[in-house]
Amino acid sequence: MSVTAPKKLSLKERYRILTRGLDWTTTYQEPAKVFPHAEFEGIKIRDWDGFVDPFRLTMDSYWKYQAEKERKLYAVLDSFQQNNGQTAITDGRYVNVLKIFLTAITPGEYQAHRGFAMLGRQVPNVGLRIAAQMQSLDELRHAQTQIHSCSHYNKYFDGLHSFSYQHDRVWYLSVVKSFFDDARTSGPFEFLIAIGFSFEYVLTNLLFVPFMSGAAYNGDLSTVTFGFSAQSDESRHMTLGLEAIKFVLEQHEDNAAIVQKWIDKWFWRGYRILAILAMMMDYMLPKRIMPWKDAWEIYFNEAGGALFADLARYGIKMPSTADVANKEAFRLSTETMLTFYQMGHASGFHSWLPSEDELKWLADAYGPEWERLYLPRFKYFRELEAKGEHYYNPSLPQLCQVCQIPMFFTEPDDPTKICFRDTVYNGDRYHFCSDGCQHIFENEPEKYVQAWLPVHQVMQGNCGGATIDDVRKYWAVEDGEDNYDYVGSPDETMWKGWQADRLKVGS
Amino acid sequence: MPVQALKPGYKGEVKDALANFHGNQLVYLHWADHLIMAFPIALPLPPTTPFRALITDIAPNAFAMHPDFEKIDWSTVTWQLDRKPFTPDLDKTLAENGIGHKSALVFTAPGLMGLAGASA
Repeated sequence: MSVTAPKKLSLKERYRILTRGLDWTTTYQEPAKVFPHAEFEGIKIRDWDGFVDPFRLTMDSYWKYQAEKERKLYAVLDSFQQNNGQTAITDGRYVNVLKIFLTAITPGEYQAHRGFAMLGRQVPNVGLRIAAQMQSLDELRHAQTQIHSCSHYNKYFDGLHSFSYQHDRVWYLSVVKSFFDDARTSGPFEFLIAIGFSFEYVLTNLLFVPFMSGAAYNGDLSTVTFGFSAQSDESRHMTLGLEAIKFVLEQHEDNAAIVQKWIDKWFWRGYRILAILAMMMDYMLPKRIMPWKDAWEIYFNEAGGALFADLARYGIKMPSTADVANKEAFRLSTETMLTFYQMGHASGFHSWLPSEDELKWLADAYGPEWERLYLPRFKYFRELEAKGEHYYNPSLPQLCQVCQIPMFFTEPDDPTKICFRDTVYNGDRYHFCSDGCQHIFENEPEKYVQAWLPVHQVMQGNCGGATIDDVRKYWAVEDGEDNYDYVGSPDETMWKGWQADRLKVGS
Repeated sequence: MPVQALKPGYKGEVKDALANFHGNQLVYLHWADHLIMAFPIALPLPPTTPFRALITDIAPNAFAMHPDFEKIDWSTVTWQLDRKPFTPDLDKTLAENGIGHKSALVFTAPGLMGLAGASA
């Protein structure tokens, strides 16, 4: 027997061979049984062959580039570690940004990996399955490289030790967990719109650009290199999200109403997660990049505005709650920060009050209304700290049933009133932080009655015990190390020691 | 449709059913115009708790950090129950006052507008 390989295949030929084993017409089983998730969401597809993988001609370079990026990233990480890069960041406070990133975002990457793997099995189109499998690999790579980028800091700083365990338990991490649980337990089309379009296309730049610029501004070579490595994947993911939404909209005019409902839902859910990012940008980066409201303007109103103008021909509109997000833009970071400041005893990272200079920066960015509302709070907290009475809230917060964030958001048109919304379903009352979250619940109440709300779980006795000590143990938050104010923390002591050593060497 | 599910008639487990709180019910409590305490709080309480205990026992623990707290004249305080005006009978229990599981109570102390009058 002799085997003769063709000398050189065209790109198209190679892609056909790569995917040929993955698509055939089943005869033992009905197609509907092979792809049981394809129709229950109500999306109508006239011609599955209408979707063409946008990356079919770049598959070869994909492997080459990914391998090249890995080599570069790990070379930088090695160098960062060997040269004690952790001592060259702007301030020890900065690492708290990484604690949020590693505990909240990295497990989200892993969840996205799982979701795209599901998609890679469940859609009846081979191009989409292949693209979803590739994205699934990318997301896994992101989780892995983020863990490696942060691991060096874990040798020195508190709060980075149990990210995976904490993700399933800690009160504020349930916000991200519930977001991805919601997406992964929807059908393949909703997942595609939720993560592939709403998150990747509309919101991911807000997540990655400020985080990575923040890392660059604050001397964190490790994270910034990871960021570069991931960003080129993000643009590919954005292309897939956009191609997929256009395909769905072009297949049947009835799809637009369903897609619009998903866009409204996933815009709002994604935006709620970004509250913690707003806090990070305005309060946690020792060297600021830009205020949250400017980032929101550039990456959502300008970039998103152009996108939705492009989708208008399919009958798709801006998410219905975008105006609420705009009204919240001047206060989102502050309302979030004030909550974490007073929950510092129950958090796995440090918080602290802004300095006088930082308050001035905020006042310049956010204007007189911000000063009138919030400066009195910072002033009072400062007075309490001066007396040695740092305020930690002795109570547990009421949470929103959908986004699971404490109910600290105020009325869209009145920042002096908490925004309370509630509804009664099957005899039980449910509370929401916003019209956006209430609408999501009311569309699918049977999904959200199951929410694992951390505060309620504590009160049901499912989190290690009744005292804050018990619950901190259950959360793996090391008391006196991971939590409370940065001022007086072991992290601060260590950082100051490094600075003192540096001065000694210099003198 | 109550949920978009593969299986027709899918029902979710109600995670926060009253029966899961070992004899307690949940009550949410918030003091309007005093947002330096950043969020409404959640309290697990027996339904037999006298309403008065919210004022004498619970509020001091939760809100006394605020300089306005000692100025509250409780005889003039107005209440809302689940966003509707409500007049509690202080000597009756939560249950007798019609405060159900996961009800939200908001109180306003007339004349007290928080730090610098900024609802803070």
